[in-house]
Amino acid sequence: MKVLVPIKRVVDYNVKVRVKADNSGVDLANVKMAMNPFCEIAVEEAVRLKEKGVVTEIVAVTVGPKAAQEQLRTAMALGADRSILVETEEQAQPLGVAKVLKALVEKEQPDLVILGKQAIDDDNNQTGQMLAALCGMPQGTFASEVNVEEGKVKVTREIDGGLQTVELKLPAVVTTDLRLNEPRYASLPNIMKAKKKPLETITPADVSVDLAPRVKTIKVEPPAERQAGIKVASVEELVDKLKNEAKVI
Amino acid sequence: MSVLVYAEHDNAALKGVTLNVVAAAKAIGGDITVLVAGEGCAAVAEEAAKIEGVSKVLLADNAAYGHQLAENVADLVAEVGKDYGHILAPATTTGKNFAPRVAALLDVGMISEISSVESADTFKRPIYAGNAIATVQSSDSIKVITVRGTSFDAVAAEGGSASVESIDVAKDAGVSSFVGEELAKSDRPELTAAKIVISGGRGMQNGDNFEMLYKVADKLGAAVGASRAAVDAGFVPNDMQVGQTGKIVAPELYVAVGISGAIQHLAGMKDSKVIVAINKDEEAPIFQVADYGLVADLFEAVPELEGKI
Repeated sequence: MKVLVPIKRVVDYNVKVRVKADNSGVDLANVKMAMNPFCEIAVEEAVRLKEKGVVTEIVAVTVGPKAAQEQLRTAMALGADRSILVETEEQAQPLGVAKVLKALVEKEQPDLVILGKQAIDDDNNQTGQMLAALCGMPQGTFASEVNVEEGKVKVTREIDGGLQTVELKLPAVVTTDLRLNEPRYASLPNIMKAKKKPLETITPADVSVDLAPRVKTIKVEPPAERQAGIKVASVEELVDKLKNEAKVI
Repeated sequence: MSVLVYAEHDNAALKGVTLNVVAAAKAIGGDITVLVAGEGCAAVAEEAAKIEGVSKVLLADNAAYGHQLAENVADLVAEVGKDYGHILAPATTTGKNFAPRVAALLDVGMISEISSVESADTFKRPIYAGNAIATVQSSDSIKVITVRGTSFDAVAAEGGSASVESIDVAKDAGVSSFVGEELAKSDRPELTAAKIVISGGRGMQNGDNFEMLYKVADKLGAAVGASRAAVDAGFVPNDMQVGQTGKIVAPELYVAVGISGAIQHLAGMKDSKVIVAINKDEEAPIFQVADYGLVADLFEAVPELEGKI
């Protein structure tokens, strides 16, 4: 069976982002970019399914700028067989991305779509669910375990207070949570091999999708800074402060 | 203009976060309708009818909604919600699961995890793990929104007298089914609802040492949390995780024990009213956000704390 793995190019998770002085957004000039960590987990899960013999082909896809080719090459170095870049300089929003992905699902006919539960830039946590709705597919979000069986997939989900397991008819959408797996590092030979794997570039217009934003960002500000308080010398002083100064116990 | 609020519950009782979402609905303005979807959940609807400021409760009691499967719930909410200006759900794993589906079915954008209402179409929400706050404006006719509960003060659970109307809409997409669940059982309050939270980090060294925190928690009526480092080290289960990748909490008092204060942890607790840090490393970043810092060996300080409260 075939798996489609949509990924996103984002600011590397180790970078401490800064808000621009004019409050128009976050400063992305000369900042290290990388594949979104949840997307790496999605690629890894697809590769493990292939290693188990469940999956025969992995197609990585991204909607983003030309430079997002780097992240597709990374996905291929990790084990994706080929990839598709839907090139746009527009800051695509989840609904638009989901519509592009729906068009690719219709073209590629995957049995499973695995993607990250959210991107660490906009923290939306929407695209997978929207794609599933547009395709009329079931969804297993925030997955910590994925088991593919004949015509169906069992997904264990991280929910508030514990875990929930659902059974979904294929084709289905799965979004990954942190504990699903630990992604591998790409080996040098695989990075070299990935350079020769097919990377197709199309535009949103080719799949007749309008990426015009629905939600406009008016301004971006740094969060309110919390001031450091005082150091207390003993447990006794701490308890006294909490009782008599902060009055919280 | 009217607002539809999706109630969070376990079929037996309403979850407190619903009161925070109603608070966000009040800030938007207009009539507030609460939708209770579940199985055997009539008591929840009665509870919802008493919430201050709610004018109507819709009860969709059907086996299809018993486990809050996103496919079925989203079909229901999209159908019921199309006559409303706003559809609000809590930013819990339930709300995050079905709300984007609703937005896609209605062909509108969605606004995730708002932390404030600026006007009926403009909201603030954290991005980049809370390292920036975006003000966003939606031009869609229906605004589908999830609400960060800890950012809104709960409305009163009593005082309202809304009517309860049963709606007979059975949406079973037939593509997903519930297999089972494992929920952590605890007599302590829920992390996101607790007035006091005490959390342990990697400094706890192992899961057994969390027993010290449980003892303090039981004396204070507190919930117990953990940093991602403690969860990743296998000390405690993931549902105890506080942080960007875990739960977002904002209690009256947050006590961080043996937690260094990584950005990802701070994102989950920095809106707490009073923060206490106990750590033997005086350079630990947690002290930069703590109101009261105690540089001490936690294995001495925590039992002493238990004795003194």
